[in-house]
Amino acid sequence: MQESAAFTPQFAASAITGILWLIPVAPMVASGLIALLKQPRRRLAAGLAIGSLSISLLLSLVALCHVLTGWTHDSAVREFVNFTWFRFGSSTVDLGWVLDPLAAIMLVMVSFVGLLIFIYSVGYMAHDENFTRFFCFLSLFAGAMLGVVISNSLLLLFMCWEIVGLTSYLLIGFWYQKPSAAAAAKKAFVTTRVGDIFFLLGIVWLYSQTGTLLFYNHGVGSLEGLALVNLLSQHAGLGLSAAGAIGLLIFAGAVGKSGQLPLHVWLPDAMEGPTPVSALIHAATMVAAGVFLVARVYPLMSIGAAPHGTTAALTVVTWVGASTAVFAALIAVAQNDIKRILAYSTISQLGYMMAGLGLGGIAVGMFHLITHAFFKALLFLGAGSVIHGCHDEQDIRRMGGLRSDMPLTFITYAIGMLALCGFPIFFSGFWSKDGILEAAQHWDISKGPFYLLVFGALLTAFYMTRQVCYVFFGYNRGEKHAHESPKVMTLPLAILAFFAIVLGVIGTPAWPWFHAFLENRTASFSWRGFAEPGLGLLMLGSSFVVFAGLGLGWWLYGNKTPKPEAPDALEKSAPWLWKPLRDRLYVDELYGATVIAFYAWWARVADWLDRRIWGGIVAAVTWLFGLWAQLNRLLDIDWVDGGFDKTCEGLSSGGGLLSRVEGGRVQNYLRILAAAVVALVAILLWSSRP
Amino acid sequence: MNVLGFPILTLLTVLPLIGAAFALFSGRHARIVALFTTLACVLIALFIWTRLPADGSIGLVERAAWAPSLGIEYHLGVDGLGGLMLVLSAIVTLMAVDAAQHRVHHMPGLFFGLVLTLEAGLFGSFTALNFFHWFLFWELSLIPAFFLIKLWGGPKRGPAATQFFVYTMAGSVALLLSFLAIFFATTSKNAPGTMDFGQLAQMAASGQLAQMVTAHLGPVMPWLAIGVLAGFAVKVPLMPFHTWLPAAYAEAPSPVTMLLTGAMSKMGVYGLLRIAIPIFGPQIAAMRTPLLVLAAATVVMGAWAAAAQTDLKRVLAYSSINHLGYCLLGIFALAVPAAGAAQQASQAAALNGVILQMFNHGLTAAALFWFVSMMQFRSGGLRGINDFGGLRKPAPVFAGLMGIALFSSLGLPGLNGFVGEFLIFRGVFSLSWMSATVSVLGLLVTAVVILTVIQKVFSGPVPEHWAAFPDLHHGERMALAPVIGLLFLLGLVPQLIVNTINPTVQNLLAHWRF
Repeated sequence: MQESAAFTPQFAASAITGILWLIPVAPMVASGLIALLKQPRRRLAAGLAIGSLSISLLLSLVALCHVLTGWTHDSAVREFVNFTWFRFGSSTVDLGWVLDPLAAIMLVMVSFVGLLIFIYSVGYMAHDENFTRFFCFLSLFAGAMLGVVISNSLLLLFMCWEIVGLTSYLLIGFWYQKPSAAAAAKKAFVTTRVGDIFFLLGIVWLYSQTGTLLFYNHGVGSLEGLALVNLLSQHAGLGLSAAGAIGLLIFAGAVGKSGQLPLHVWLPDAMEGPTPVSALIHAATMVAAGVFLVARVYPLMSIGAAPHGTTAALTVVTWVGASTAVFAALIAVAQNDIKRILAYSTISQLGYMMAGLGLGGIAVGMFHLITHAFFKALLFLGAGSVIHGCHDEQDIRRMGGLRSDMPLTFITYAIGMLALCGFPIFFSGFWSKDGILEAAQHWDISKGPFYLLVFGALLTAFYMTRQVCYVFFGYNRGEKHAHESPKVMTLPLAILAFFAIVLGVIGTPAWPWFHAFLENRTASFSWRGFAEPGLGLLMLGSSFVVFAGLGLGWWLYGNKTPKPEAPDALEKSAPWLWKPLRDRLYVDELYGATVIAFYAWWARVADWLDRRIWGGIVAAVTWLFGLWAQLNRLLDIDWVDGGFDKTCEGLSSGGGLLSRVEGGRVQNYLRILAAAVVALVAILLWSSRP
Repeated sequence: MNVLGFPILTLLTVLPLIGAAFALFSGRHARIVALFTTLACVLIALFIWTRLPADGSIGLVERAAWAPSLGIEYHLGVDGLGGLMLVLSAIVTLMAVDAAQHRVHHMPGLFFGLVLTLEAGLFGSFTALNFFHWFLFWELSLIPAFFLIKLWGGPKRGPAATQFFVYTMAGSVALLLSFLAIFFATTSKNAPGTMDFGQLAQMAASGQLAQMVTAHLGPVMPWLAIGVLAGFAVKVPLMPFHTWLPAAYAEAPSPVTMLLTGAMSKMGVYGLLRIAIPIFGPQIAAMRTPLLVLAAATVVMGAWAAAAQTDLKRVLAYSSINHLGYCLLGIFALAVPAAGAAQQASQAAALNGVILQMFNHGLTAAALFWFVSMMQFRSGGLRGINDFGGLRKPAPVFAGLMGIALFSSLGLPGLNGFVGEFLIFRGVFSLSWMSATVSVLGLLVTAVVILTVIQKVFSGPVPEHWAAFPDLHHGERMALAPVIGLLFLLGLVPQLIVNTINPTVQNLLAHWRF
């Protein structure tokens, strides 16, 4: 950290930090402008969106260069600009933005992948009637996501986080006339909001404990020494410190956004959105925001750990991540929708990232986030190209043999698939996944996550092989002839494929540049990195697992061309396993029978309480009063000159008023009444002059 | 007189009454009269907003003897809280008059006359500082509201209006009795009692009031507090005193619902802050736990009851109960005796949040009922959430703008609802983490409710008979644009309000004793 600079009061942020806010604001402004455009202004809309994101990318690259040049072996750049939003009481609500290695890497990734997907969308959405609206939402998403990345305040981050959730909602439900899309959008928003209400509690707790929501603020931010020590010394029950408890509440928000167990159910349904949306939001960036969030508040999670030890909060993160990784991979094995397979794969890979954060620290998790962003965006865009080429067919059983019809798509897809499987040496996914496995191997608490993650790797290789065999091998089982996609779509594929291969270079054990960059160490190249004890064996073992998965997949599905209606190869050999996996392990059904049923039932209870109990009491009281009034009326008739008590008088005069209202002379009466009130007030005011 | 040398608060209160008198006799042109009157009121209210004392105390004071022997004095004044409520009432009434254009064929003169009288009642009660005077206007607003529901309401307007009237009246009687008791208790041989809010608050803070009441009437102070609370609990409403509300909101013509939810419901919250807490602070602090339970129930059950409704107006009515529940939650949570420095910061957060929420809810809820009234107008009176579908297609602008208002109600950051709710939770969490944790459920359920509305009304295939559902025309867009703009503005720049109410918050908290 640039502590010396940070503690100097006249510390001035560099020029790029000063204008860092432009990075999210440019796409947001573009979004606002596009919103005002008429539907037919397609070129202008796309131009605005792509242009503004290009500006963001350019600035992000400048920011990355700035961080790189300022990076020396024992200190990294951390510059921030804070400002006061408003005051309450004698406290202030501060917001701000920060430029540090974590933010810089994310900025470049988000704006770069985003830009490629924007360009791809021009082709993919070319025939959609709401083309301009699409780019409006996409730009708003990009702006909010970049806002999440540069936030130096948990509040600002949360605000952008929610807007990201909104755009996700809008884009999942983009084809709003499909009821399934509308339902999926709502499900996504509500499920992530379940996590967000815990997140909000974490925020207000942190705020009331530390008095600030700024992450870094010259030593008094909430992630800096004083606040952390304070939080660590408070006990929150269940053996957690306040820091750990707040960390876990924030993690709950990440669980929602990143589709971790048990809040993963929305992500597969989110595939109802257009494919570029799935690629950008539900694979590369937004769902990774949860992982980024955990990395951002990592000090909260890790404070109090012994050297090489762990904390309760990080243990939870690890277990949630590892179980999600296997759980989702299992389901992916038995899905037939090309995008749903990728969606479960994304959930599983996000589990890897979470586990990586819990096991090995920020750099291990973040490295997988970055490599995954590229190869998963590639896979989704490839899937989009396939869907486009097969005339909106998404069922892999009705595809086949596309490697000759769509060669470019096939080659790039294969690269993405091999990177995802973690094919040894040549693909980035291998290095980032091995980093996580290595950390899991050295974890002191339990070897459970290690075995889970290795099993997950086997499954990953298996289900991806199955998918590729169905889609690209055999012969075409679809009804129409497939065609290759236009250049505006294949060019982004090629670029992403390039990065899916080469990105591994920056994170190998021989040259762990990425880890050094995020953890402020020196990054020197040395082949001896491979010579660490156990590492060679691990790499060999994980390669074997990958080959086993690929082989198993090819053995069951390779070049066999089953009829679309025929049962799956696995279904034939193990129907007891197939059915629950195909039905997504009944999680949706479980929630339907518990949470959603309770929600509906409790709503009825609330309504019933209102109508019958509270309303009933009121009705009973009204009835009693009515009885009383009747009684008084009888008395009134019997003893006309008799004494009335006050209640009786009030009630009967009220009744008289009502009877006149119903008697048809309303207009006159009310005019007189209103005029009298006006006159009365005037007289009162007159008489009250000083 | 006051710093301006001009009784501007009196002017503001009298202006709608004059307008009402004109409107009453101008028949078909009543709406124009009302429009100009309410517009003038908005301008005056905004002017008042800019002339408030910077230290947050009560300014623009007007005082005159009225009936000294009864402790009645003509005493007006506003601080940030009162000023904000004036602005809100003025804006909401303007919106209501604007929204009423197509609705009133039957006796328009009377309709707008009553609306303006109601506005005068609002202004009067937000500026009065003497109980008698305040109570007069509190009731004055009730009577036109009753007739507006009774004469222009939906098919079940009769019972709805009567229930509304009787219920609120019962609360008012409880209020009145409590204050008569206080007047009686503060009366001594040589001086009449007092009904002045400021004076009573001072006496309460020094403990003198409790002594006097106990000396005269025995240990009834908690009962007086309950009487006053009951009056406000009905108005806001606090569960389980809310049953009048859904029927009244649903049966009232939409412009009147806008007034009921946008402005009149704030009279209750305002009363709690101006009257109940300053005078009965210790008593309320003693009842804090049960009150917090009721407030949390209001938040959670209000949202859940909304989920069971199919009539859009009833959905929004219950959603209003939920949103005002946050205000009650904040108010009751901050009633802690002898707050330390950390607690004071939380109190300030909660109170700022409460006042912001009052304004934001008023604006958003009024806008939503406005949209519903447009839907009713376009569909020949339909307003069930299952009556529509896919309206985004034929009416994209309508769907977009109503969507913005709905998301503001949901508390989306960047729109006005978020900041107030965030501050309330910030304050309540450290004052009573349990009620905050329970109430946060309300945020979730509200989200489900609102998204369900969007899903059912705007998404899905368009039924054939709605294929030509008219989108907003130019005039409607122009009328709505400032409101939607305000939703964004207050979400992004809450300073516009917070900077003025924060001194008031500090001032209030410094004088309150629990």
